Amino acid sequence: MARVKFLCDADRCIECNACVTACKNEHEVPWGINRRRVVTINDGKPGERSVSMACMHCTDAPCAAVCPVSCFYTTADAVVLHSKDLCIGCGYCFYACPFGAPQYPKVGNFGSRGKMDKCTYCAGGPEDDFSTVEFEKYGRNRLAEGKLPLCAEMCSTKSLLAGDGDIIATIYKERVMKRGYGSGAWGWKTAYKETVAI
Amino acid sequence: MKAQFKTLVAALALLFASAMLPAVAQYNNFQPTKEAVQEDKLLRQLKDGDRLSGRISIPDHQAASLIQPQGQSWRDFHQNKLPTIGGVVLLGMLGALVLFFLVRGRIKIDHGFSGQTITRFASLDRFAHWMTAGCFIILALSGLNVSFGRMVVLPLFGPETFAMLTGYGKLAHNYLAFPFMAGVALMFLLWVKDNIPNKMDLEWLKQGGGIFAKGKHPPAGRFNAGQKGVFWIVIAGGAVMSVSGWFLLFPYMAPDGVAGLQLFTTVHAVLSVGFIAAMLAHAYIGSVGMEGAFDAMGTGEVDINWAKEHHAVWVAEEQAKARSVPSNSVPAE
Repeated sequence: MARVKFLCDADRCIECNACVTACKNEHEVPWGINRRRVVTINDGKPGERSVSMACMHCTDAPCAAVCPVSCFYTTADAVVLHSKDLCIGCGYCFYACPFGAPQYPKVGNFGSRGKMDKCTYCAGGPEDDFSTVEFEKYGRNRLAEGKLPLCAEMCSTKSLLAGDGDIIATIYKERVMKRGYGSGAWGWKTAYKETVAI
Repeated sequence: MKAQFKTLVAALALLFASAMLPAVAQYNNFQPTKEAVQEDKLLRQLKDGDRLSGRISIPDHQAASLIQPQGQSWRDFHQNKLPTIGGVVLLGMLGALVLFFLVRGRIKIDHGFSGQTITRFASLDRFAHWMTAGCFIILALSGLNVSFGRMVVLPLFGPETFAMLTGYGKLAHNYLAFPFMAGVALMFLLWVKDNIPNKMDLEWLKQGGGIFAKGKHPPAGRFNAGQKGVFWIVIAGGAVMSVSGWFLLFPYMAPDGVAGLQLFTTVHAVLSVGFIAAMLAHAYIGSVGMEGAFDAMGTGEVDINWAKEHHAVWVAEEQAKARSVPSNSVPAE
């Protein structure tokens, strides 16, 4: 089995937000929830870079470690998923996540955030593959269809890469070697305790 | 005329171009690749408490934070530091109480029950106490469950039942916080006048409250130094728990977004462990640990012998008051 990862080549990202839109549309994500977002560093200054960020599906994921009801699990492809049936909406995963990935459907009066929602790497949830209940709770299960996450698949500049960690690291490495610069594999050290050595 | 105009245009164009030259040169010197941001460098430059953030076009401004390394410190606190602090403080207190009971036994009324009682707590006092205490017990159990239940309770019930119980526990925690806060406020108003520290407390403390020696009873007013300590722990602890809990209940009001929430959960958790330990000791001495003590909050009527031994000054005051009542009630004519 592959160890799937995300890699955003910030030197290619043009902040078009198509990944954000594609994600929202594909999974029919409710208002206020952004499973993926684009953050622009050094906006308007020399060296400005945009980074598309979502759940990084960490190795030894902090959300899974702190969850009081242990609702997270890791698939054979190393995708970090959770059960919305078990989730109590306490917000602990949001405190621990370095990437701000966990999202909540409600504003949060009296601590009622609702069930946590986050990027599933287009891999659905614990319910049966392609079932209506899986789609309603977690969105499309593209991985089970043999497809990669839509955000990366339809990225117009191929900045956002998804797939086997070793393969996308090699692609990124080749790009950096060829063009002579690269701002790094964003979030990799934090998420996977390793980075792409150039 | 036409030629003159052409010359003028050419001169103006030349002037304009020469003015632009330095700017163009500047752009030619700029090498975008050299000045590219490097994630690694940015992360290393981050100061303690800083987040790697930028600009975002969606309305959620908190989402502008790209990487917050503090999440890892919070995880470390929640997974390693808190269980250690909680284990040492709570198990330590339980151990100390068991040891105290084995060594000292139940503190008896030296002169036995007299059968005569004196009113110690009126119904409003007891209402305030038990409303707060009842809420506290459920808040403490649900809080401990959220922090440590996964290690202790989850294996007993399985994930589904445990998640359901914890969900209800969270709801109870959120809503019982309000009667708890009301109870703390009410107790403050009712008892603050008798809880101002004075000289008698120093003497009481010097003698260790007489709890370690039989038959030794340093004088005390309505509340002795130990009870005053409990009172101020409840008031100050309750206040800090309420403020930190308030922001966790209304997360969007928390200053500094997720960093504020991380701070408030840390304060809330560490303080609660100490609070629960203090209340364990309070509950012990008010029930199993001392004969006659539970009546104070049970029926509100305590045995006069118990009262004389533990609150001699208070009994004398109450009796003086009772004697002075008839003379006061004589109508003026």
